[in-house]
Amino acid sequence: MDSTITLFLVQDGLINGSIYALLAVAFVLLFAVTRIIFVAQGDFVAYGGLTFAALQQGSVPGSIWLLAGLGVIAGILEFLRERHTLTRPRILGILAGDFIAPLALVGVVILVAPYDMPYLFDMALALALVVPMGPYIYRICFRPMANASVLVLLIGSVGVHWLMIGLGLLFFGAEGYRAAPMFGANFVVGPVLVSAQSLLVMGATLALLVGFYLFFGRTLAGKALMAAAVNARGASLVGISPSFSGRTAFLMAAFVGAISGILISPLTTLYYDSGFLIGLKGFVAAIVAGFASFPLAVAGAIAIGIAEAVSAFFASAFKEVIVFSLILPVLIWRSIRAPHHEED
Amino acid sequence: MKKIELMNNRSIPLLIALAALLAPYIPGVPLFWVSLLNYIGLAALVTLGLVVLTGVGGMTSFGQAAFVGISAYTTAVLSVKYGISPWLTLPVSILLTTLSAFLIGLMTVRLSGHYLPLGTIAWGIAISYLFGNLEYLGRYNGISGVPPLSIGGIELIEGRQVYPVVWLFVTVSVFMTRNLLDSRTGRAMSALRSGKTSAEAFGVNTTRTKLIVFVYAGVLAGLAGWLFAHIQRAVTPSAFGINAGIEYLLMAVVGGAGHVYGAIVGAAVVVLLKNQLQDILPVIFGQGGNFESIAFGALLILALIYARDGIWAAIDQRFSNRQRHINRDARPLETAPARQGDAALLTVEGLTKRFGGLAAVNDVGFKLKPGEILGLLGPNGAGKSTTFNLLTGVIPLTEGKIWIDGVRVDGMLPEEIAARGVARTFQHVKLAPEMTVLENVALGAHLRGHAGFVRGMLRLDREEEERIFAEAMRNLERTGLADDAFQLAGNLSLGASRMAEIARALCLAPSLLLLDEPAAGLRRFEKEELAKLLSSLRADGMGILLVEHDMEFVMGLTDRIVVLDFGTRIAEGTPTEIQRNPAVQEAYLGGLQ
Repeated sequence: MDSTITLFLVQDGLINGSIYALLAVAFVLLFAVTRIIFVAQGDFVAYGGLTFAALQQGSVPGSIWLLAGLGVIAGILEFLRERHTLTRPRILGILAGDFIAPLALVGVVILVAPYDMPYLFDMALALALVVPMGPYIYRICFRPMANASVLVLLIGSVGVHWLMIGLGLLFFGAEGYRAAPMFGANFVVGPVLVSAQSLLVMGATLALLVGFYLFFGRTLAGKALMAAAVNARGASLVGISPSFSGRTAFLMAAFVGAISGILISPLTTLYYDSGFLIGLKGFVAAIVAGFASFPLAVAGAIAIGIAEAVSAFFASAFKEVIVFSLILPVLIWRSIRAPHHEED
Repeated sequence: MKKIELMNNRSIPLLIALAALLAPYIPGVPLFWVSLLNYIGLAALVTLGLVVLTGVGGMTSFGQAAFVGISAYTTAVLSVKYGISPWLTLPVSILLTTLSAFLIGLMTVRLSGHYLPLGTIAWGIAISYLFGNLEYLGRYNGISGVPPLSIGGIELIEGRQVYPVVWLFVTVSVFMTRNLLDSRTGRAMSALRSGKTSAEAFGVNTTRTKLIVFVYAGVLAGLAGWLFAHIQRAVTPSAFGINAGIEYLLMAVVGGAGHVYGAIVGAAVVVLLKNQLQDILPVIFGQGGNFESIAFGALLILALIYARDGIWAAIDQRFSNRQRHINRDARPLETAPARQGDAALLTVEGLTKRFGGLAAVNDVGFKLKPGEILGLLGPNGAGKSTTFNLLTGVIPLTEGKIWIDGVRVDGMLPEEIAARGVARTFQHVKLAPEMTVLENVALGAHLRGHAGFVRGMLRLDREEEERIFAEAMRNLERTGLADDAFQLAGNLSLGASRMAEIARALCLAPSLLLLDEPAAGLRRFEKEELAKLLSSLRADGMGILLVEHDMEFVMGLTDRIVVLDFGTRIAEGTPTEIQRNPAVQEAYLGGLQ
């Protein structure tokens, strides 16, 4: 293996690793706050990337119908749940938030999709379509089973994954898409060709990670979320509602997923079911971190990205076998370090 | 999730089984439905394994499809490439599946909490990609041209011909599983789900038991895989991927992961639904899509929100009968000969436990003789429960020596210490809520029985079981809980749960009994009964170590008292001496400034 190949593999590993790192952070965040091991996290990546690609091509992404449907269902459930305590402002609030806003967005998309819009506008629109799905999914699927065990929640997230995969095929079709890069430029660094888009991915990852750090360290909402993660019961006693933290965590997780998808869509061809494997690797990184430490999750993600690039180079057919087998020793190490959480 | 129905109202399942067996031979039943019934049978086998693994043993696996695949590929390779008869490949397939399940299980059962299901996702994916990428296994095309099963020269090609074979496998597996769950090993398995500490305290080797459960589930999946290869006549990797694994889990959840028959119900619902959806949905929505994935996703979420215990749980609630016959004439279980002489039963020297910089227990020592009740007193946080956990091996000690009957036991595992005649109760009650009180108490006699996995499965353990249950009932009567014997332990009041824990501990026939706050939550009358019981146990020569906050109870009952404060022994003496001791008064009431 000469140095060019090494550098190439490291670059490849870093790009993939950055995305895994973002997803790992989302996994850790969701698990810490809601105890949900959200295996559908990766599906947000596919939804984000494919929605963006569709907008860029001037077609209407099918995901708008999911957004509208989720909004309406969440709204109806909200009405049913609060039917005895509804006040006029609350009714208006639900109508505006769950019915009018998503439907208005759907209208906007249908109107502007055929026109060639600026890159950033399409990006923002794709985010606006995909990100609200997170809190809606939480409200519809997970709030009713909030008191369930981690395992039940995990199985529930598998149900969400199946839903999203099935709908994804319906919305985006079976063929893959690749979006145009934001910057077409390439640089030659030493012997390696570096595309501007890959720098963008790494830069954006870094910016997001710093953003997370500041959010949790410096803002009230971030601190509230952290408190809920550390001790949900204690947090609810001081007025941080589990439902608020759940919605916020899902909002952030969906955002992370969607932006990851948009960032990598020019670098790789995304299919409706690409998200699952991408997500699972972020997940492996989250496991490295024991679902608790953000910096460890990032380090693990980079390591997985590089391990993947190396095994893809030497034994491409067995890439997935190698990556997923690597997780087992990590799991065992984790289990030994935290022998059991049984209350005494 | 509810527990497996143990009491057998045998006629109902038998009738259903018979009726189902005959269904395909009713004239006019289309062949298509017969082959669906065959697939239901295959899925039910795998799901039955999951019921034992998840519903009983508390381990969720997303990877069962991998074991189906290992077995299916084994028989496909042997019969296609080497021309070996399917009936001869059956033992090889099962052996290889057992071996794989054993090796994978060695890693998996060590995983704790949610790491375990995550681990199963990881190896589930890795193995399915391995199938799809090995040249030898035909990569993504798999292996085709697998020969059908044949009996006496007749090839079983048509659905109606294979049907009896499939359902014979299912029926035998269901009966074996029921037997297994209603046995000594089965109780140990069921106890796993509510945490390993209490199972280990009564001598269950939890890692070994988990491994047995895991391999058992793997073998059932292997049986299904072998059948699958010869019915489908081809194997492809997609049938054994992670999605298939998740589908089996869906079946278990929908049917009821805690019930043997839930496996069949769940398999039937999911297979039929999948089939219907594949036919109907594309007609409604146009071109072939992944519609069943949408429907299954929705079904899974709805099931988890509205019927988390599955379909069979609802049926079971109506018809289950938890009574069981107790044979009071059963020969009593063997008891170790009573201790003779005055030598110390328990000797503790320099017992120390440090958590980081904090010494929870610091250089504590005391002795306990047979026929003596020693009280362990101290304010909250004094280290009493930690001392209990050190004595019973639940947590490793930092320093110190412990002798029981003159044998060093520090460093031993909880189950080894239990085997030396040490039984305990827990400050926070640890009964398995979905087992009956009687079954919980019977777990206490685990070490006094010997029947293993195979004897349990083949029902060769009946005599011993009668003796165990007679012993359990006798101890429930001693603790005044006989009327609650067939209740679920989860329905007991706190006081009654504590008494049930004492009954369970007595079932071990201990020479040393450790009681952690037994009187907390008892009413006055119950406390008096408890005191009488403990006095009579003392008279029989049992040594009792008692942690208790109720001063009246402790002072009236104990022979000697050791007082701990901040992990250190501050006093030791008779109850009267302790009441006068200034150091004790200061620890409890605060010093006079």
